[in-house]
Order: sequence, then structure tokens, then C-alpha cells
Amino acid sequence: MSLTSILLILLGIALLGSFYAKSHVLKMAGSQVTAMHSLPNHHFAYTFLVTLLPSAIVAIIWSLSEQTVIMNLVVGTFPENIQALPADLMSLTMTKFQNFLNGVVFGEPDPWMVASGEAYVSMVSNSRWGATLVSLILAGLGVYWAVSRIEPQFRARNRVETIIKGFLIVCSIVAILTTIGIVVSVLFESIRFFREISIFEFLFGTHWSPMIAMREDQAGSSGSFGAIPLFTGTLLISAIAMSVAIPVGLMSAIYLSEYANQKARSVLKPLLEILAGIPTVVYGFFAALTVAPFLAQNGASLGLDVSTESALAAGIVMGIMIIPFISSLSDDVINSVPQSLRDAAYGLGATRSETIRQVILPAALPGIVGAVLLAVSRAIGETMIVVMAAGVAARLTANPLESVTTVTVQIVKLLIGDQEFDSPKTMAAFALGLTLLVITLCLNIYALHVVRKYREQYD
Amino acid sequence: MTEATMTNEVVEKTGVDRKVPDQTVGNVYVDEPRMTSRAVDVYYGDKQAIDGVTLDIGAQEVISFIGPSGCGKSTFLRCLNRMNDTIDICRVTGEIALDGQNIYDPSIDVVPLRARVGMVFQKPNPFPKSIYDNIAYGPRIHGLATDKVDLDNIVEESLTKAGLWEEVKDRLEQPGTGLSGGQQQRLCIARAMAVSPEVILMDEPCSALDPIATAKVEELIHELREQYTIVIVTHSMQQAARVSNRTAYFHLGKLVEVGETKQIFTNPTHELTQDYITGRFG
Repeated sequence: MSLTSILLILLGIALLGSFYAKSHVLKMAGSQVTAMHSLPNHHFAYTFLVTLLPSAIVAIIWSLSEQTVIMNLVVGTFPENIQALPADLMSLTMTKFQNFLNGVVFGEPDPWMVASGEAYVSMVSNSRWGATLVSLILAGLGVYWAVSRIEPQFRARNRVETIIKGFLIVCSIVAILTTIGIVVSVLFESIRFFREISIFEFLFGTHWSPMIAMREDQAGSSGSFGAIPLFTGTLLISAIAMSVAIPVGLMSAIYLSEYANQKARSVLKPLLEILAGIPTVVYGFFAALTVAPFLAQNGASLGLDVSTESALAAGIVMGIMIIPFISSLSDDVINSVPQSLRDAAYGLGATRSETIRQVILPAALPGIVGAVLLAVSRAIGETMIVVMAAGVAARLTANPLESVTTVTVQIVKLLIGDQEFDSPKTMAAFALGLTLLVITLCLNIYALHVVRKYREQYD
Repeated sequence: MTEATMTNEVVEKTGVDRKVPDQTVGNVYVDEPRMTSRAVDVYYGDKQAIDGVTLDIGAQEVISFIGPSGCGKSTFLRCLNRMNDTIDICRVTGEIALDGQNIYDPSIDVVPLRARVGMVFQKPNPFPKSIYDNIAYGPRIHGLATDKVDLDNIVEESLTKAGLWEEVKDRLEQPGTGLSGGQQQRLCIARAMAVSPEVILMDEPCSALDPIATAKVEELIHELREQYTIVIVTHSMQQAARVSNRTAYFHLGKLVEVGETKQIFTNPTHELTQDYITGRFG
């Protein structure tokens, strides 16, 4: 039986059992329904959860691990000479066997393969029956256990709440585990990379050219992995983006929260936030097709040599993309500065701009810094705009008119196309990813810290 | 007080009918008014919050505004230094004058006006700056100090007047928000005094303070009446009785009765005032 049908049957059993448990407890309580410890629905939910959860979890784990376990068992049925093969040939044979099971056969299959294949088929069918049986028994036990414990004084509500609390904890752990999983997987690949390339060369080298000759006799570079040009490129583009986004975002936040009346605000704020909803690819071709040529033409008339792919074009457009982050977050922060502080300043005869500059902005500063740091990590992680508008050439330069590349762009470049996953070229992507992760993580932690400090001040 | 103004405005008791009177009971005029209000109406959008308030506020007097919640006493107070300007839908008609000059005249700039009519709020609201900077803020924006020494003097003088100097002189660089509630409120009073206003408006200055801090602030008000005109809104009738020499009773946006504090609390003329004073509603 397939997993889906098992689960449907379990659901049916759980529902029936729960309805029975509810009517059972109501019958036991008789006229004393109000004297029961928990509501009848809590008994229903208790029975439902106790029946469904363990049996469904077992069924799911069983079918997830089924394949691996059976394959390991099937190897035991292989002839001894096959089992004795060295590891690489063995894995080839296993692939062949897998293909055989999937019906892909070239020529006549070996007789041992047919025999093991039959063993495999019967094991799978046994396993399915086993899964069905075990989960059904568990469900039955669940119903029995629940019904036997239920009585009017049974504390069903407390137990249901404990189970729900556990469920909530599991949900929050999923997010944390995912983060840890990402960090660990990137970390291990990076360690493999740093075994071949020294970490100092990676962090402090100034030449980035990750092409590696795949054969001994092939012409080409032996690869050099100095990531400095990538980090300076990232820094340059982020700096340009922030120098666009911070003033524009902050000024619009100040306008929205201090000057705009209710009507203007209700129209302008959503409009500004639309910017955040535009896909970055769209920003990318806006940068590449509109801003970059505009800069190149006007640069030429000023006697500047602006390359068609320039850090400036990418940075400006990225800055525009980030404006809503800063304006929206800063607007919230400025709004949460207590009205009493504004009154205090106005009451002393401060003008509106004096109040904003000397009272509101200093009070809101920690929150604004938090917003800016979040925006910076967004800028560092942005890829699409840079690929399309700033180019892919790793160049160590501080000139915003030249084309540069960023860490994220190089990661994409290293991982697209055919790759071998044991070459430093591919693993360099993980090392870059790890470095980026560490940087943005630090920024985020610092931003959260700043925001939290701010919150303590007025609550 | 001249006899003419006395006879002009004293309105006889209106019998058992407890309607809010069209005309204020008691004498609304004083001999040397610092601020005068004539037929002031205030509207929030379509809703009328203040209806035809005429009142003089004398120099060197403490006048308290009392009345049930929502009677318009705070609204009227905020008209006296145009703090209501910050509310978009608020509209003020009639005339309010400071030293004979209409403060709602288009030629009047609110910035110097608010320096002349300072304000202390219900909740202590020190800036999240140092104690020194809190006091120095007003003198700085109005350019009142010529140099650092001058500014230091203003700060010391204001804090001394507020009775706070001895408590904070060793920690002027510490944040004003770190003081206790009562100290914060006296800091706010000192901050208002630092720009040498003529009038100080106080909007329930003690409602967030404990009895001891309240006593200190009231003592301070007593000392300040020598130099300033003080208008205080309060919910505590005992406080009004303790600190003010005139009391105005507001009800539903109208000024019902004005008089010497002693007379208002011992022998109120209007039934509404009587009911409020004796605690029949409030």
C-alpha cells in the first residue's frame, strides 16, 4: 500500500476513534457535563492526536528509509564474487542494478541480477505490508490507550496543549536546523577547498582567476584564488548602492512620517513599497539597458571613459531597489519615537526641522542604523543586477566607472554549466559562500542587537 | 479690579436649572492681564471642543483649570501657545493675545511665541540626552547664550530655580531619562524656564508622580509664581486649592465659572461647579 493510502486510513481511524472518545466521555459524564475537567472537544483532540501522531510518524519514517534499508539487504543476496569487488566497481554495479530495477537493461541481464531483483521486489512488498500493519496496530493502540484513560476528570486539555506546544517548538526548530544545515554543508565543502588552497591566499590574494586545466597537457591557467578583487567589487557596489539608498530612503522616511498628511502618506507609502516587490531581474535589465547606456553616453560627453558595464550603473539601480527597505523601516522607527518628545521640542519653540534634526533623528538613530545594516546585507547578497549591469570580470579597482564583479556573481559563475565537484574551482564557490554568510550573519546579528537596544529605551 | 468690570460680568445664579451657562459666572477680567482670550472657539474637524471662552490671565498669578475629563481645559491650555497647530484638523477662532498682541495673527511666528509661553506636559518627557543638554536645548535653539560660560550659568540657574541643582550638579552629563519620575518632571520645568518664558503652561504636571514628588513640584510652583504667570490644568482639586490663586471651572467646552480659588472651593456660585467640587460627578 502506498504511503498516501496508509495515511488516509490512519486519518479515518483517528477521526472515528475521536468521535467515539467524545461520545464516550459525554456518556460517562451524564448530566454532569459542566463538572468535567476539560471540554468534550479536548477529549476529541487528545484521542485524535494520540492516535494519528505516532502511527503517521512511523509510517512516514518507514517509507523514507525503506529504499536505503532494502538496498543494503539486497547486496547480501549478490554472489560472493560480486560482493568482493572494489568500491568503485561496486558502485558501478549498483548503478547497473538500479537501472535494471527501473527497467533499463542493455542486452541480456546477468542471472544473479534477475535473482536479486526478484528478492528486491519481494522485500519491497513485504516492507509495504509491514509498514501498513505496524502503523495500523499503533493507531489501534492509540485509540485504545486514549479511550481507556478518558473519564470526565481526565486532564485532556492540558495534554492537548502540551502536544500543541511541542508542535510549535518543532516548527521553530525547523528554521533553525535549516540554517545550521546550510552552514554545515557550506562549511565542509569550504574545508575541502582550504585543504587545496591556503586560506591566506584565498583571503588576501589579489588575483582571481579560477580556471583550472582539467588535463595535464591542457593549456591554461592553473587557477588563482585571491578573493580580494571580489570583496572590493562587492564593497564598491554596495557602497554606491548605500550612498543612493540611505539619503533617498531616509529623506523619504522623514517626509512620510513628519511632513506628509494622512492622505498623502496612505498613498505614498504603498507606492514606495512597490519598489521592493519588483523582481531583481527586472531591475537588472533596467540597469543594463537604461542606466548603463545613459551613464556611458553622458560620461563620454563629460570626457569620462565609462564602460558599458559599470559598478556605477549596478550600484545606482541596486540603491533604488533598497530604498523601500530603508524608508519603510526608518518610517516605522521614526513613528515610534514618542509624541511626547515632539511636544517637548515644539513646546520649547523648536521649529519642525530643529525637532527632526536634534530630537527625533537622534532618538531614532539606533533603529535607523538597524535598518541600514539590514539593507547592507541585502546589497551584499544581491546578484542579478550585478551580473547584468556590472559584468563578471574580477578587477581590483576603486573606479566606479569600470566593470567589477562581486562575490555572489562569482558563485553563480563557478556553479553554472558542467562541473566536477572535486575541483578547487567548484569548491571555491562554497568558500565564497561561507565568507559571505559570515559577513552577512555578523551584520544581521549586529543589526538585531542595535534594534533590540533601541526597543529597550522606550518600552 | 475696577467696579465696571465687576458689575459687567457677574452673572446671577441661574436657579435650579443646571444648564451650562452661555455666559461665564464670576469675573473673567483682571487689572493687569498677561494673556487675554476673547470668544475663543476650537473645533476638531466638525466637533466643537471649546465654545466661546473669554478669560484674562493676570501677570504673576497662578490660575488653575479644573473640570471633568473631556471638558476642554487641556485643549484651551494648548491654544495659549498654539501647540494645537501640530494637530491638522484643529481650528481656533476668536482672539488670544499675549501682552496685547494677538498670537493667532498671521504675522506672529509660533517659534518665539513658544519661547515666551513655555509648556510642561502630563508625563515627564526629557529628551534622551544628558541633563545638561536637556536644559541647554532651548537656549541653544534660540541663541540665548553668547558663550559656554553663559550657557553654563543658564543651566545652573534653571536647575537651581527648579530645586534640582543640588541633586544633579555632579552628574550633568548623565542622561535625563535616568532620573526618577519626579526629578524628570522638575527637569522638564527647568528646561521650560531656561528660555525665560513669561508664561508657563502646565498640563496635569503631577498626574504621573507619586505624592512626595507631587509635593515638591507644588512647592516649586509656589516659588515660581513670583516671576512667572502659571496656568495649570489639574484633576486634583486639592492641588488646585493648594497652588493657585484663581480657579476656572470648565464644563463641556464652556468656561462655567471663574473666581478666587478660595471662593470657588468654599462658595461656588454655579450649580455645576458646586456639583463638581462636592464630588457629585467628575
